[in-house]
Amino acid sequence: MWKNVPLFPEQASTLAGEVDALYFTFLGISVFFGLLVAGLVVFFAIRFRRRSPDEIGRPEKAGILLEIIWSVIPLAILLTMFAWGAKVYVEAFRPPGNAVEYFVTAKQWMWKFQHPQGNREINVLHVPLGQPIRLTMTSEDVIHSFFVPAFRVKADVLPGRYTTVWFEASKVGTFHLFCAEYCGAEHSVMGGDIVVMNPADYELWLAGRDSGPSVVASGEELFRVKACNTCHRPDSATLAPILHGVFGEEAEFQDGSTQIVDENYIRESILNPTAKLVKGYKPLMPTYKGQLTEEEVLQLIGYIKSLASDATESQGTVPASGSPALDSDEG
Amino acid sequence: MSDTVTTPARRRNYLNADYGIKSWLLTQDHKRIAILYLVSITFFFVLGGVMAALIRVELATPLGDMVEPDTYNRLFTAHGVLMVFLFLIPSIPAVLGNFLIPLMIGAKDLAFPKLNLGSWYVYNLGAVLMVAALLRGGTDTGWTFYTPYSSTFADSEVILTALGAFVVGFSSIMTGLNFIVTIHRMRAPGLTWFRLPLFVWAHYGTSLIQILGTPVVAIAILLVAAERLLHIGIFDPALGGDPVLFQHLFWFYSHPAVYIMILPSMGVISELITAFSRKRIFGYKFVAFSSLAIAVLGFLVWGHHLFVSSQSVYAGLIFSVLSMLVAVPSAVKTFNWTATLYQGSISWQTPMIYALGFIGLFVIGGLTGTMLATLGIDMHVHDTYFVVAHFHYIMVGGAIMAYLGGLHFWWPKITGRMYSVFWSKISAGLIFIGFNLTFFPQFLLGYMGMPRRYHAYPEEFQILNVLSSAGATILGLGYLLPLIYFTWSMRYGERASDNPWGAYGLEWETSSPPPTFNFDEPPVVTTEAYDYLAMRDKRVA
Repeated sequence: MWKNVPLFPEQASTLAGEVDALYFTFLGISVFFGLLVAGLVVFFAIRFRRRSPDEIGRPEKAGILLEIIWSVIPLAILLTMFAWGAKVYVEAFRPPGNAVEYFVTAKQWMWKFQHPQGNREINVLHVPLGQPIRLTMTSEDVIHSFFVPAFRVKADVLPGRYTTVWFEASKVGTFHLFCAEYCGAEHSVMGGDIVVMNPADYELWLAGRDSGPSVVASGEELFRVKACNTCHRPDSATLAPILHGVFGEEAEFQDGSTQIVDENYIRESILNPTAKLVKGYKPLMPTYKGQLTEEEVLQLIGYIKSLASDATESQGTVPASGSPALDSDEG
Repeated sequence: MSDTVTTPARRRNYLNADYGIKSWLLTQDHKRIAILYLVSITFFFVLGGVMAALIRVELATPLGDMVEPDTYNRLFTAHGVLMVFLFLIPSIPAVLGNFLIPLMIGAKDLAFPKLNLGSWYVYNLGAVLMVAALLRGGTDTGWTFYTPYSSTFADSEVILTALGAFVVGFSSIMTGLNFIVTIHRMRAPGLTWFRLPLFVWAHYGTSLIQILGTPVVAIAILLVAAERLLHIGIFDPALGGDPVLFQHLFWFYSHPAVYIMILPSMGVISELITAFSRKRIFGYKFVAFSSLAIAVLGFLVWGHHLFVSSQSVYAGLIFSVLSMLVAVPSAVKTFNWTATLYQGSISWQTPMIYALGFIGLFVIGGLTGTMLATLGIDMHVHDTYFVVAHFHYIMVGGAIMAYLGGLHFWWPKITGRMYSVFWSKISAGLIFIGFNLTFFPQFLLGYMGMPRRYHAYPEEFQILNVLSSAGATILGLGYLLPLIYFTWSMRYGERASDNPWGAYGLEWETSSPPPTFNFDEPPVVTTEAYDYLAMRDKRVA
C-alpha cells in the first residue's frame, strides 16, 4: 500500500535540492530536540512518579546557568537556520542574468502564459530543461499564487502590479502547477501542468505550432498602433523621454525623487502617466487605463525592455527572438 | 445549569446563592459569567466541529463529490471564523481566566463586574451576527478575508461576518482591560508580582495583546466593509488601492491573536505541571517574563505571513529573524516545564495527562513554526497543508489540550463535583491519538505540495487524506466524551473536596464551589508561588 503513497515531492529544479537540504537538516534538528524533550518528559514522569499520597516534590534552586544555556543554544541554532534559509530565499527571488522572461497572467480561474517567442498557452506551460526561466506575473482580478511543488517555488500573483519568480528545470516530465492563494469558487481546480522538455524537443514543439508574433514584435506593433511612437521617438527627447536604454536605469522625477525603471514603474507610467513625471517633461501623456489588456501591457513592457538590451547596437531594430540566452544555449 | 445543584445539604456557594434564569443572565459574579461563557463557547465549538467533520468527509476522496465547491469554501470559512473568534480567543481567558483570576489573587471579583457581564452580551451580539451570516448562506472568503477577493469579488455575507468579528473583538478588549486592572489593583495583601501564579502572568500578557491588537483588526474589518459598500479604493488596485495593505493590517492583529490563543494555555500548563509534580516551577521569573516577551515580540513578526506576497526581500529577512526570536521564550517555557518534572512527585491524573500531551504537541507545533519562519522553507510550504498542520498543532494540540486539561483540573472547583476518572483518561488518550492521526499526515501532504483550501485534489494525496479523516473521527469521539461525562457529573458526580489534588494556590483554599464573594476571610499571602514545602509545614502545624 505504501508504495503508492508518495511521501516526498519530486526534485525537478535546481532549487529543489537546496530547499530539501535545508528542510531535512531542520527536520533532523527538530526531531532531535522533539525526542529529547519527549524522552525527558516520559522518563521524569515515570522515574519521579508519586509513591505516597502525601509526597511532595523536591524543589531545587533555579539554575541561572541552565536558563542561559537553553536560551542561547536554541537561539544560535535558529539564527543559523535563518541565515541558511535567507540565502536560499534570496537566490529564489534573484533571477540569474541569463534567465529568459515568460509572461504569466492569472485570472479566476486560469493561468495564461506567453512564451517570449509569442506562443500562448492556457493552464499548461512548456519549458526547456536547463534554462533559467523568469516569470513576470500579474493578475486580472484577485490574488493568486503560482506554485510548482516539484520546483519548490511559490510567488503570489497580484492584480495591479508585477511579481517575479524564476526556476531552472532539472528534470524532464510533467509537474503540477497549483494556485496556492485562495481565489474563490474554483480555486482548487485552478491548476495545470508545467511540461519540462529537452531543449531540442522544446524547439520542435515551438516550431510545430504557429507562434504568432514574438512578445517584442507584439509590443512594437502596439507601440505604433497606440501611437506611443509619436512622442517617444528614438531620435528626439523633446516631447517625451527616449525609451532606449531606460530599463534598469534610474529615472529622476519632477519632485527630485528617483526610482529604478522596472516593470512596475513602466506599468504605472502607461496606466497612470502623471503619477511620476520624469523631470523636465510636461504631463502630456494620456492614460492608457482601460485601453490595454494586461497581456498588452506586458508586451509593451517586453518591447521597452528589448530597447534597453540593444540600445548600444542598432537603435529601433527588434531581435527576431526574445531569448538570446536560449539561442546561445543551443549553440 | 441551575437545576443541577438541587441538593440542599451543602453550604452556600455561588451556584446555590440564587436560582432562576434571571439570576444567571443579570449576574455580576465573575464565576457565573465564566459559566455563561462556557455554555456559549461550547456551543460554537460543537458547531465549528461539525463544519470540520464535513470538511474531512469531503476530503476523504480526491474528487469534490460531496458538496459544491462554493459550499466547501463556505464550510472552511465558517469553521475558521467560529473556531478562532467564537471559541479559541475567548476559551481560556473568558472561561478559566474569568473564573480563576479573582480567586487566584484573593479578590472578591474582577475590577469591573458589569463590564464583565457586558462583554458576554457583546460576544453574543457578535455571535448572532455571524450566525445570521451563516443562515443567509455564509461567507466564502476564508477567515483571513484577503482583499481584493473579500472587498470586491466575493458574493457572500462578508460584511455581516466581518461585522460579527468586529463586535466580538470588543468583548475581547473588555475582558483584557478588566484583567489588567484587576491584576494591578486587587491582589491580596502579600501577593507581590513575583508571587502571582504563572496563569495570572500569562493572562496579563494576553490582555496586553487583546487591548493593543484588537483595535487594529477592527479598523481593517471596517475598511473592508467600507470598500465593499462605498468603493473607497483602499484595497482595490483598480481604484488605486493596495490589496497587500490588508494583509499587513490583518496580520498585525492576527499574528498576536495566535498568542492570545496560546499564551493562556501556557499559563494553564504551568499550573498543571506544578500541581501534579507538587513542586515549585523551575525558573519562575523566566517563565513569567517569557509570557511578556512573547506578547511584545508577537507584535513584530506579522510579516512572516507575507514571505511570498510580494513583500520586499529585505522585509522578509527582518520578519524571519524576528520570528526566530519569538521562538526562544517558548523554548524557555518548555525546558522549564520539563525541568520542573525532575525530582517532582508526579501524579498521572487526567489533567496531567493533558499537560504532558500538550508539551509533546506544542513542541511539534513550535518547531514546525520555526521551520515556517525559515524563508527558504516557507516559499515551498506557504499556503499548503504544512501550515494547516502547524497551526492546528498549536491551536488544537496546544490551546485546546490546555483548555481541556484546565477544565479537568478546575472542574471540581467550578462545580463542586468530580467526573469519571476512567472515562476522562480514555478521552485524553483518544484525543491525543486522534489528533496526531488527523494532523500529522497533513505535514506530509504539505511538503508534497497540497495547497490549503482545496475542495478537490490530485489522486496521489488520497491515502494521507484518508488517514487524516480517520483520525478526525477518533478526535471527534474524544471530544464527545467530556461533553457527556462533564454533563453527567454536574448532577451525579461525586462531591469534590476543597482541594482534591492537594494543589497550591489561593483558589484551592476556598470551598468547592466557592462562595459568591470567593473567600469568607480575605486571604493574606505569606509564601512564594508553588511553595509546597511551606504548604506541607502549615498543614502539619
